[in-house]
Amino acid sequence: MELLPHITIDHYLYFSTVLFCLGVAGIMYRRNAIIMFMCVELMLNAVNVALVAFSKMYGQTDAQVFVFFIMVVAAAEVAVGLAILMMLYRNMHTTDTDVLDKLKF
Amino acid sequence: MEKLVTLIPLFPLAGFLCIIFFGKTLSKSLIGGIASGAILLSFIASILVFTTQIHGAQPTVVKAFDWIHAGGLDIDISFLVDPLSSIYLLFITGVGFLIHMYSTGYMHEDEGFNRFMAYLNLFVFFMLILVLGSSFVTMFIGWEGVGVCSFMLIGFWYKDMKNNDAAKKAFVINRIGDLGLILGMCLIFSNAGSLNFSELFIEGSSGLSMPRDIATTAAILLFIGAMGKSAQIPLHTWLPDAMAGPTPVSALIHAATMVTAGIYMVARCNGLFASSAAASEIVAWTGMLTALMGATIALTQNDIKKVLAYSTVSQLGLMFLALGLGAYSTAVFHVITHAFFKALLFLGSGSVIHGMGGEQDIRRMGGLKSHMRITHLTFLIGTIAISGIFPFAGFFSKDQIVAVAFEENKVFFILSLIVSACTAFYMFRLYFLTFHGKFRGTHEQEHHLHESPKSMTIPLVVLAVLSIVGGFIGLPHAIGHDMGMHWHWLDHYLADTLLMPTSLMHSGTEIALMLVATIVAVGAIYFAWNIYKKKGQLALEDKAITSSTHRLLAAKYFIDELYTAVIQKPLDALSHFFNSVFEHKIIDGLIQSIQWSVTSTGDLLRKAHTGKLYMYILITVFGLILLLTQL
Repeated sequence: MELLPHITIDHYLYFSTVLFCLGVAGIMYRRNAIIMFMCVELMLNAVNVALVAFSKMYGQTDAQVFVFFIMVVAAAEVAVGLAILMMLYRNMHTTDTDVLDKLKF
Repeated sequence: MEKLVTLIPLFPLAGFLCIIFFGKTLSKSLIGGIASGAILLSFIASILVFTTQIHGAQPTVVKAFDWIHAGGLDIDISFLVDPLSSIYLLFITGVGFLIHMYSTGYMHEDEGFNRFMAYLNLFVFFMLILVLGSSFVTMFIGWEGVGVCSFMLIGFWYKDMKNNDAAKKAFVINRIGDLGLILGMCLIFSNAGSLNFSELFIEGSSGLSMPRDIATTAAILLFIGAMGKSAQIPLHTWLPDAMAGPTPVSALIHAATMVTAGIYMVARCNGLFASSAAASEIVAWTGMLTALMGATIALTQNDIKKVLAYSTVSQLGLMFLALGLGAYSTAVFHVITHAFFKALLFLGSGSVIHGMGGEQDIRRMGGLKSHMRITHLTFLIGTIAISGIFPFAGFFSKDQIVAVAFEENKVFFILSLIVSACTAFYMFRLYFLTFHGKFRGTHEQEHHLHESPKSMTIPLVVLAVLSIVGGFIGLPHAIGHDMGMHWHWLDHYLADTLLMPTSLMHSGTEIALMLVATIVAVGAIYFAWNIYKKKGQLALEDKAITSSTHRLLAAKYFIDELYTAVIQKPLDALSHFFNSVFEHKIIDGLIQSIQWSVTSTGDLLRKAHTGKLYMYILITVFGLILLLTQL
C-alpha cells in the first residue's frame, strides 16, 4: 500500500468480491465439471487476495500463513479432483454434471 | 487327618478328570478300574476319618482355601468333619464303590462307557462336597453339582427324546426347590450374619438368634429346597421320570445318595427346625402325605423301576416324617439302611433288566427264580429288608420311625402303619410277579436269560449282607439292652450333632409296637402271596383296568396331568396371548409406525434432491445471502 498509496483496502476488497462472485456465478451457470473446478479455484483465490490485503493492513502475518495453507490444500484438491474427472470421462465419456447424476436417489 | 479329609473328594475328581482327558486312549477295564479305584480310595479315607470320630474326636473344620471375602461375608471352601458328615461319607463312598463296580459290568457294552464312569465319579465328588461343606455356600456347590450330574445321567441315553425330557423335568423341578434354598440362605445370612454351620448351629445347638417367625420362614424355605431334591409333594414328579437313566444311576443317585441330600440338609439344620414348631409340623405332614401317596401309587405300577422309584419317594417321605417329629437321628438311620436295601433292589432290578435284554415291564417277566439265582436271592433279601421283617435292616429303622410317630401323634402312627403295609405288599407283588410263576416274555428273551457277570453279582451280595446286618447300628433299647449289646448306637454317636428326643420309651411299649409293625407287614406279605403266588393272579394290562381307584393309582393321581392343566396350559395360553397381541400388535406396531413415519418423511424430502448441481449452489448462495443480510 506504500508503493501504490492511491489503492486502498477497499479496492482490494472490491476486487476480491468480484472475483468471488465470478466464481459463484461460474459454478451456477456452467455444467462442465472442469470449468466448475476452475471456478472453485477462482473463489479460493478471491479469499486469498482478501486475506493478504487484511494481513498487510493490520501488519500481521497470520493471514498470510493461511494463504499458504489454502494454496497447498488447493493444489492437493486439484490433484485428486482432476484424477476423478479423468476417470469419470473415461467411463462416462462426458464431464457434464447434469448427466452425472448417478448418486441421486 | 486334615489332609485326609481334603483328599476324600479329590479322589473322585481326579478320577473324573483322568477319564475325561485320557479316556480315549485307555481300555475299558482300566477305566472301570480307575473310576472304582478312586471311590475305593475315598472309602478307605472315609473309614479312617470315621474311626477318629468314633473315638470321640471333636468336630473339626478343615479349610481348603479362601473363596469369597466381601464386606461381612467370609466364605472359605472348608470341610466340616463331625459324626453326621462322617457317617454320610462312609455310606456314600461305600455304596458308591459297589455301584461303580456294578456299573463296569452293567454298562460294559455301552458305547458311552467312558462318559458314564466319568459322570459317576463327578457325581460322587459333588456329593462329597455337599456332605462335607462347612457352610451353606459350600454345601450349595455340591447341591447344584449333584443336580447337574443327575441331569446328565438321566439323559445319558440322549438319543431318545423321552430321556432328555425326563432330564429336563428333573432339572427344572429342582430349580424350584433351589430357589427356596437360596432364599432361605439369604434370610439366614441377613439375620444371623453368617452361613457357616459351626457358627450357626454347633455353638449352643439352637444358638440361632433369630425372631421366631423369621426362623420359621427360613426353615420353610430351606425345606422347599429339600422338597425339590428329595422329591416330596408337590415337587416329587421328577423322581419317577428320572428312572429313564441307566439303572446304576437310579441306584446311586435316585435312591441311595442324592435324594437323601434333603434329609441331610434338614438334619444339619436341626437347630433351626427344632426352634420352629410350625416348620416341623409342615415337614412332618409333607413327609407323611408323600409317603402315603408314593406307597399307594407303587401298588399299581408295572414297570419294575417305577415301583422302586415310588417306593423311594415313599421311604423319603417317612424320613421327613421322622425329621418333622424331631427324631433327626432316626431319619439318618433310615437313610443309611435305605441306602443299603434300595441300592440292592435297584441293582437287582438292573440285573433283571440286563438278563431280560432291556425289558422293564413285570407283566413280561415271571419265573426268573431258576434262571438268576443270585439276583433272586439278593432281591428277596432286599424285599424283606424294605418290608420291615425282623432282623433285617429295614425293620429297625422303620420301627424306630413308627415308634416316634406313636409317641408324638397317633394319626401319624396309623398312617405310617398303612404305609408299611403298602410297602410290604407292593414289594412282594413285585417280587412274586418277577421271580415266580411262568415266564411271560418272548421266546427270544427266554433264550437270552442269564445270570449277570461277577462284577454285578458281587455288589449285590455285599449289599444283601449289609441289608441284613445294617440295622444293628440302631438296635432298639428293648432288644439291645436285654441282650447286652449297644442299643441306639447311632443315636449316641450322633448325639453331639443332632438334637435327640428326650424321653426313652418303655420297653414293653417298644416291643408291642414292634409286634404290631411286624404283624402288619406279615399280613400284607401274606395278602400279596395269596393273590400273586397262590392264586397266580397277574398284573392287569392297562386296558383291562376297570376299577376307578385302580385307574387313579395307576395314573399316579393324575398329578402330572394336573400340573399340565394348572401350570403348563395357562402358561402356554398366556405366552400365546402375549405373542399374538403384545408382541405382534403392540411392539411390532410401534416399531413399524416409527419406520413408516421415517420413510414417508424421507419420500417427501427426496423431491428436493434433484441432482442438478446448479440448483444446490443456487440455494446455498441465496441461503447464505439471506443469512448474512438477516444478521
